[in-house]
This record gives sequence, C-alpha cells and structure tokens, in this order.
Amino acid sequence: MSDRVATLRSRLTSWDSIIVVLTVLVLVVASFSVDNFGTSRNFTFMVLDLLPIILIALPMTMIIVTGEIDLSVASTLGLTSSMMGWLWNQGLSIESIIPLCIVIGAVCGVVNGFLITGLGLPSLAVTIGTLALYRGLAFVVLGDGAVADFPFDYTGWVTGTIGGGAVPNVLILIVALALIFGIVQHATPFGRSLYAIGANAQAAHFSGIRVARTKFWLYVVSGAVAGLVGVLWTLRYASARADNGAGLELAVVAAVLLGGVSIFGGKGSLPGVLAGVVLLTALQNALRLEDVSGQALNIVTGTLLVLSVLLPNVTTAVRGNWQRRKLRQAAATR
Amino acid sequence: MTITSTPTKAPLGNPVAQKASGLFKQRELGIVLALALLVAYTAIDNPRFLSGQSIRDNLLNTAILAVMATGQAIVVITRNIDLSVGSVLGISAFAVATLMSKNQDLPMIVALLVGLGVGAVAGLVNGVLVRYGKVPALVVTLGTLYIYRGITYSWAGGSQVNADELPRHFLTFANDSILGIPWLVLIALVVIAAGSIMMRNYRVGRELYAMGSSPAAAELAGIKVARNLLGAFVLSGALAGLAGVLYAARFGTVDAAAGTGYELNVVAAVVVGGVAVFGGSGTVWGAALGALLLTVIGSALAVLDINQFWQQAIVGALIILAICADRLVAFRIARSLRKRDAHV
Amino acid sequence: MAEANARPEDQPTRRDEQPAEAGDGTAAQPAARSGDRSGARSGDRPARLEVHDVAKSFGAVAAVQGVSFPLYPGEAHALVGENGAGKSTIVKMLAGVHRPDTGTLRVDGVDVDFGGPGDAKAAGIAVIYQEPTLFPDLSVAENIAMGNQPLTKLRQLDRKAMNANAERLFRRLGVPLDPARPARGLSIADQQLVEIAKALSSEARVLIMDEPTAALSAVEVERLFSVVRSLRDEGAAIMFISHRFEEITALCERVTIMRDGKHVATELVADLSVDDMIRRMVGRDLSALFPKQDVDPGEVVLEVEGLSREGVFKDISFSVRSGEIVALAGLVGAGRSEVMQAVFGVDPYDTGTVKLHGRRLKKGSPRAAMAAGMALVPEDRRQQGLVMELSIERNVTLPRARKLARLGLLFGGSERAHAHTWTQKLQTKLGRLSDAVGTLSGGNQQKVVLAKWLATGPKLLIVDEPTRGIDVGTKAEVHRLMSSLAADGLAVVMVSSELPEVLGMADRVVVLREGRVAARLERAEATEESVMYAAMGQEVAA
Repeated sequence: MSDRVATLRSRLTSWDSIIVVLTVLVLVVASFSVDNFGTSRNFTFMVLDLLPIILIALPMTMIIVTGEIDLSVASTLGLTSSMMGWLWNQGLSIESIIPLCIVIGAVCGVVNGFLITGLGLPSLAVTIGTLALYRGLAFVVLGDGAVADFPFDYTGWVTGTIGGGAVPNVLILIVALALIFGIVQHATPFGRSLYAIGANAQAAHFSGIRVARTKFWLYVVSGAVAGLVGVLWTLRYASARADNGAGLELAVVAAVLLGGVSIFGGKGSLPGVLAGVVLLTALQNALRLEDVSGQALNIVTGTLLVLSVLLPNVTTAVRGNWQRRKLRQAAATR
Repeated sequence: MTITSTPTKAPLGNPVAQKASGLFKQRELGIVLALALLVAYTAIDNPRFLSGQSIRDNLLNTAILAVMATGQAIVVITRNIDLSVGSVLGISAFAVATLMSKNQDLPMIVALLVGLGVGAVAGLVNGVLVRYGKVPALVVTLGTLYIYRGITYSWAGGSQVNADELPRHFLTFANDSILGIPWLVLIALVVIAAGSIMMRNYRVGRELYAMGSSPAAAELAGIKVARNLLGAFVLSGALAGLAGVLYAARFGTVDAAAGTGYELNVVAAVVVGGVAVFGGSGTVWGAALGALLLTVIGSALAVLDINQFWQQAIVGALIILAICADRLVAFRIARSLRKRDAHV
Repeated sequence: MAEANARPEDQPTRRDEQPAEAGDGTAAQPAARSGDRSGARSGDRPARLEVHDVAKSFGAVAAVQGVSFPLYPGEAHALVGENGAGKSTIVKMLAGVHRPDTGTLRVDGVDVDFGGPGDAKAAGIAVIYQEPTLFPDLSVAENIAMGNQPLTKLRQLDRKAMNANAERLFRRLGVPLDPARPARGLSIADQQLVEIAKALSSEARVLIMDEPTAALSAVEVERLFSVVRSLRDEGAAIMFISHRFEEITALCERVTIMRDGKHVATELVADLSVDDMIRRMVGRDLSALFPKQDVDPGEVVLEVEGLSREGVFKDISFSVRSGEIVALAGLVGAGRSEVMQAVFGVDPYDTGTVKLHGRRLKKGSPRAAMAAGMALVPEDRRQQGLVMELSIERNVTLPRARKLARLGLLFGGSERAHAHTWTQKLQTKLGRLSDAVGTLSGGNQQKVVLAKWLATGPKLLIVDEPTRGIDVGTKAEVHRLMSSLAADGLAVVMVSSELPEVLGMADRVVVLREGRVAARLERAEATEESVMYAAMGQEVAA
C-alpha cells in the first residue's frame, strides 16, 4: 500500500506530471483571459499548428529514449514536400504521390539508420549531415520555386473540420497515431526494450535485445512520419516548397525535452511529450492573439526548456543540502 | 592502409602506435588535400578562381565562420556543444550596430570589446547552467538559442540598423587591410593560432582534451573542471560575440535575424574539420580548415556554374563523409592495436 | 559488535596496547612498526593521515558512520569489509570526491577539508581506483603526467620530459609499454599498470589502492608489491583494499575491518587468521564455502567445437553435460569471457560451431541462444548484467518481456508478479520492485541478474565471475544455488578467476592460456598447482 503511495508521489512530482498540469493551467487561463482563444476557429488553427510538431515528436520521443537523436526530420519534411511538388508537375495522381512521399521519407530514414546502426556513427553528427543533405536535395529538386495547384479535395480536407463542426479532420489522425505510438512505447516488449537500450545499450544487448535493428527501424519510422508530415504541410498551405518546415527539428527536440525526456536516453514518457507540444503551441497561439511578437515567445520556449531539466536537478540538490545540514546539526548537538 | 599488414608482434617503441598517431595527423591532411583538389579543379576550369579578389573573398567569407568554429571546436573537444552561437552572433551584432549608430565616434576597438563582452556573458550563462545546473549542454544551448534570439527580437522589435546609420570607420574595417591582409582575416588567423597553441601546448588545453576524453576521470584527476568548462563556454560565447562585430562590419545591415541557423554551419565546419562529437580529439586548426573548405565549396560551385542549390547537399554529404573517415581511421587503429596486444 | 560501538577515542589506546609481542618479526618492517606504536602514544611520530569519526550518508542510507583509523608513514594498512561495508566511501573521502558529513580528516595532525580531488592530490594523496580512470584519447605519457605536467620556460608542455618520465616509471615497474601510444585499446591490466605509474609519478606521501590487483596476473601483482614495498620503505603511507586475503598478509602490517559502514577493528595482520578477518567482516561464522554436490552427469547439453576468433581465441572445443559444472579457468586476458560471450552470441566468432542439445546455434544472436535455452550471467554486472537506472522489476523481466505480454501488450501486473516470484526465490533483499536496481548492494544486484536469467528457464547457464565483488555471505548463497541447480539437471559453465571457487565447484576444469585450451582437468586432477601450471604455461614458483 505505502508502495503505491510512494510510487504515486514520485510520479506526481516528476516533470512529466508538472508539465501536464502546467499545460492544463495555460489552456484554462488562456481560454478565460484571452479573447477568441476558446473559439472553435482558433481551436482548429491550434490543432493545425501543432500537427507537424506533435506527429514528428512521436517517433522522436522513442529515438531520444534510446539515447539517439534525429535532427534531419525537418529536412526530410522539406524533401518530401519538394518531391511532392515535382511529382505533381510530372503529372502523377495525388493518390499515388502521397504514399510515394511517405516512402521517400522512409528511405531518408533508412539512410540515417544505416549510417548510425550499420556503420556505428554518432547520430548527432550523422543527422546534422543529413539535415544539410536532405534540405540541399530539396532545393535541387524544386529550386526556390513553389508548386501550389494541388486539388482542393485534399487541401480542403487537411484544413477542414469534421462535418464543418469544431473538430478538425487532422485531429483524428493525431489521436490515432498518438494512441498507437503511446501503446507501443508504454505497453509492449518493444517499448520496454527502448528504455533498456537508452539506459545501457550493452546490457540490453546481453539481454537478447537487438539494439541496432531496433534503432534502425526507429529511424525508418521517423523518416516515414516526417514524410507524412511533409505531405500534410504541403496540403495545408497548398504549397510545395523546398524550405517548408525549416528549423522545425529544433522545435520538435525542444518539445520532446520539455516533455521530460532525458537527452541521455532511458527516461521519459509520451504523455509528457504531448503535453509539452500542446503547451508550446497554446502559449504561442495565446500570445499571438494578444499581439505579442511570436519571436519573443522564443524566450518562453527556451526558458521552459532549460527549466525542464534544471528544476528537478535543483530540487534534488536543495533536498540533499538540507539533509546534510540536518545531519551536521545532529552531530554538533551530540 | 599498410596498417593491416603490420606484423602482429611489433617490437618495442612500436611502429603501430606511431603510425596511429600519424594517421591522426593525416586527418587534417585529408582536408588540406580535399581543399587543394577542389581549388585545382576549379582553377583549371576557371583561372579567375585564383585571382587576388577571389581568394580575398573566400578568406573574408571564411573569417567569421572560422572564428566561431574555433570556439565551437574547444567546446566540442570537452564533449559538449554550443548551439547558441548563431543567436549570440545575432545579439552581439545588433548590440554593437545599435551602439555604433548612436555613438558615431567610438573607436573600432570599443566595438570589438563590446562584442566580446556580450558574447562572454552569454557564454557564461551557458557554462553556469551546464556546470552548476547539471543540464546537458545540448539542452542548455538549444534553450539559449531560443532565449538569446528572442531577446534580440524583443529588443529590435522589427527594426534594423542600416549601413548608412553606421560610422564610416566601422564599415571600412571589414575591407581595410594591413600588410595586404584584411583585418577580418588577420583577426581570424590570430584567433585560430592562439586557440591551436593553447589546446596543443598549454596545460589548460590538455585538460580540456582530458575532460572530453573521460569526464569522470577528469574530476578524479583533480582537474579544475568547473573553471575549464566555464572558460570553454565563455570563450565560445566571446568568439561568437566577436563574430557578431565582424558580421555587422562586413554586411552593414543588421536586423534581429542576423546569424540565424549559423550554429549548424559552425558545427558542420567543426565536424568536417575532424573534431569528434564525443570529445577528446580533433584540433582547432582542423576546425578552421573545415570552415575554409565549406566556404570554398560554396564559391567553387558558383565559379563552376553548378546550380547553387547543390551547395547544401554537398555540405551534408561532406559531413557524413568526414565522420565515416574518422570512423574508418579509428577502426583501423583499434584493430592494429588489438592485434599487437593479443599475441595470439 | 562491542568494538564497533566503542567510542572512537578509546580505539587507538586499545589498538596500541594489544600486539606488544605477538606480531614482531613475522612480517616485514618490525622496526617501523614498533616505532608506530610508541609514536602513536607519545605523539612524537604522528599519523601521516588520520580518519577521525567520519560519517557520510547518501540520501537516507548511511554509508559510513563513526569510522576512525590512522595511517602511519612507512606502513601498509589494509582496509577490508564486505561489499557495501563502506570501503569505497572511505576511499572517496580520502580522495576528495566526497566530503564527510561529520568528522574530520587530518594530514600530519592538521585538519583538512578537501573541496575536490585536486585538494587531496595537493595534500600528497594518490589514489588508484578499482576502475581505471584513463583518458583514452591522450597518450599514455600524458595520462601519467596529467595534473603536474613538466613545463618549459614559456609554461608550455615539455613533451620530451613527459615521455622520459613515463619511460622511467615503466622501467621501474618492468612494463614494456610505449609512452607515446594512446591509452585507448590498452588491456585492463595495462590500464591498471598505467594507473600505478600515475600514482608513482606524483610522489605521493599517501598511496591508496582500491583493489588494484583484480585484473593483474600473479607476476604483475608481485612486481606491483615490490614497488609498493619500496615506496613504503621510503616513508609513504599505504592503504590497500583487496578481497584477496593472501595479498593482505603478504603486503600489509595492519588491517582495519569494516562492517555495515562501521568500524569493527584495527589490528596487526599477524594477529589475525584469515578466518578471524572473515568472521569480523561478516559478523558470523561461515560454514563450507563451496558445497558442490556430486551429480551423475546426464546427456550432453553444450558442444563447442573449433571456435576461433582472430586475435582473441583459437580452436576452442569443450562440451558440458546436464548436471555438470564446467569451469573455465585461466589468467585474466586468456580469453575466457570472450569465448563464452561468443558462445552466447553477444560477440561474433570467425569459425567453429556451437551446438545446444545437438542443434547448431545461429552465430552472433543472443536471441537465438536464449530461445534454445541458454542464459549468460555476464562478468560486468554494472555494464552488461543490469540496466542500473531501470527498476528491479524491469530488469528481471527484460529477457522475458515477450513471453509475459498478452496479445503483444504488457500492462504491468504480469511483470510485477513475475519479478516478485523470482526475486523472492533468490531471497533478494530489496525495498520496492520499482526501485532502481542501482540502489541495491552488489550481492543483491547479482541475485537480480541470476533471477533475470533463471526466470528464462535455461538448460545451460553460463556464469562469468559469479561472485566477483560480492560479499562473503552472498557468495556462499550463490555457490549453494549453483550446486542445487546442477543437481536439478542444469548444465553450468562457470568462468572464474578464483582458484578456490574453481576447485570447489567444478566437475571439470578447462584451462585457457592466451586464447587456447591449455589443459582439461577432471575434478580429481585439478589442484591449485595443476591449474596454475596450465594457466601460466610454466612451473609456478613455489
């Protein structure tokens, strides 16, 4: 019984829970104090804004839990967006372009996965390299032009709501994917192995976990999801451009870390990450409605990011100091 | 390449280890070679590539990147990373440009010192958070990347400083030369040389390598890890601040977006230059060479009339090639050492 | 127990009075020792280093409480205790890594407060840690010089002097290492030797060695001891930590025994038998340590044939039958662990076959080995056996997670029940199953590793150094467990560096030397001499 209580207490004071509470707080406060924040129109906008970050964050969370990183996601997004425009110009049907683009994203992931797990190269360096490479290829494919004449059926679906109501179509996609990723990460043997790999890859290997293969597939999934987001991004703005999503990788990593995932791997939960993404997007949205410059929001994002790691460290240190002082006092009075 | 055929039982004073350290040196040699090939090929295609003006442009374009790469190399050697350099460049450039536009008579040296100072403070914040907050450098500097950029935006509020608002002597500084060498290039050379010598020949430099090679062992060895780490971040920040001044002087127009995305170029230069992302190995001058190579590729593409859009892709491929090469070298050394030790 | 609770101030007196006649002449340095005794009383020869009533807690756990003992110049002082007794905490306090919560450290009679390892170093304390602490990217010479590098007039590094210095130290240690090579890729033994050279180079007045011999061969240990003795004769104070009692009696004059973070006794080594020491470490008597029961071996379970891996091991063949314990003996670096890791599939091999129950196993796949009924309790508990940050529960269920899932899903309950069953079976002392496994003591961690693998229901159990670094009590439990498992028909391969363990537990002994099988010995043939002879490939000096 006390077991449960102690576990519960440690769970409630963990950063994942704090971030969830913080997110709810921001949502509640914003809907009361910010005009138009609570409107269904704004809700749709917010969902569309968080769509790319939240989807890419799903596999990114797993990758960071295994102690690796994928900085190439936004460039993969850009490359698929470019390819989508190029293929459209070649006259392919949109029905074949969309799966093709997801495959292209997956291929980008295969390259990352091979370099990282096949050759054993550090993922940070590799994906900085492919960040440049894929973005470069995106420009090679489409230059600095744009392709915009995608069929309205599709662009309209992405920006539309279910039956014209308050629930955006893409929300279904987000919920479905988040559920799948959440279950895989938190309630399957595969998910368990991710944490073991991140905390101690050697011990995981000695326990029969196929470390390299697991990581490889994570990169492939990450690429495929980035490809899907490339398609959605293109459709949302009805514009295929090489620079679509530039810089998004840092926002995604920031959101994942903000959600309490350790950059060293082995720790973190998907609910925390989802809360992190919602928090960032809601803040941005609320501030924009209040006419605060979106760029100034950077300060909030950065501060939260640093605090997400700093606060737990500081509390542990303070607690330790306090305990030591008590011990010294006890010793002095003895 | 001869390594694999080295006799399994090497005599004492062993050639394997010597060759191993030889291979380490070859790492920088490889960049020089690649650079030479690139320049030769481009020059054959278009001799104007070797004209004084072209070389000058290349060096001027390299200078800012190389200054930042020097600081970044030192940070990366300690097994950390500083992603905030682009934002630090931005805040420093904007601060100095604003200062100079309001005080037209301030000498250049003040501008340089202010830039260094702004950068040093930014670097100090990074260092303190990494060391005393125990927050990983990647997280801290990703956070301050946003924070410093946000501060610059809030401060600028959409305004920018134009070249015509800046004092004349400030703008000509970028193009003025001393003994035929532009000031910008001279400053970069001094920074690279000082950094290289410090890292190679001075105790503190070796301690920085030690910290990156094994952080735990560095603590136990009684190395003043906190001081050194703060020093590395302050240096990286200060050099990014210096780069901000050079940026303002060279481009004249500064807005809040100055230097956005530079951090990736700088990290790319450092990685291409042979500094291992997990610390402990690589050199400052290698990183500077990396910066030079990246810049020359850009201008060579223009001269060779290749679609400019290829540049970024080539840079990416080069980064991957560089880490593959490092891996290969490390692998060969490990294998030859193991063979020698095993006596089987 | 009474001694443990004695007020610290009383201890020096009692300690000094005790051994008046007994120990003299039996060990080295009788002169120095009698000097100590009178000195400690009259104060004309103060302790070089004194630990006075120190305490240190980590969170709620008191690692060390009220420990006091002196280190005299010209004396080698052993510190013994079970794992978790607080030895390493004492070492870390002396090294300046931890600051005592209460109590003081005194160097030459003056209270010191080390703010970090640098301060301890400056006070003349050198520490050789259990785990080597080298910088892999730097040259061996730079590793040795780090912290007090020779400088030229311009305060630049003097590389020539640095290399010469390293060369001189290696000659003194009799080690053929190239000072210019990088430390990366050195064998554990060579790394330990560089550590020793490092400590020597600082001309320390206090040398603290935390299990420095674990990875060394007998020859290297002897050479180390002769260097340490000469240091001691030059007036350095030595503190020596080891689990090997024969080394303690060979090197040390005095011994401090700790138990559960408390000081038990400080005595002359000559006054104590090994049994005395063990009894005081454990706090109770120990019965037979190695209780392998005789079992009639059954069918052949494991067959290894002609296994080779370039540069590591060559042409290894042996078989194990059910109910049998086969020991792989040999010196550290002979390739024993490497062979077994290749058999289990975590490492590759070039040629040869591994068969389990007559069926050939897929190369390089631990998963295939596990499916066939193999389990490996690896050598390095912290790096290979366990994921320290994860909970006990997750560690125990890690290799079994796929079996415990329902429809591919895991919801905690089955995992918890499974982990509970197996930790109970092995009588693991733990708080909560959700605690990180790193919070357990070494012995209990080893039990978690055993639980994790026994839970897979193996037919062949490979244990690599199953009792390294665990306390005497748990050691006996592990031996009993292995014996009863074998009696139940399990085939066991045991890699061990401890001869008594090998001789006591094994039905057969396969001795490896430099990656090859040097001898196969039946239980009756296996003696300390025969095993060592085969392991070293030469006549053992008596």
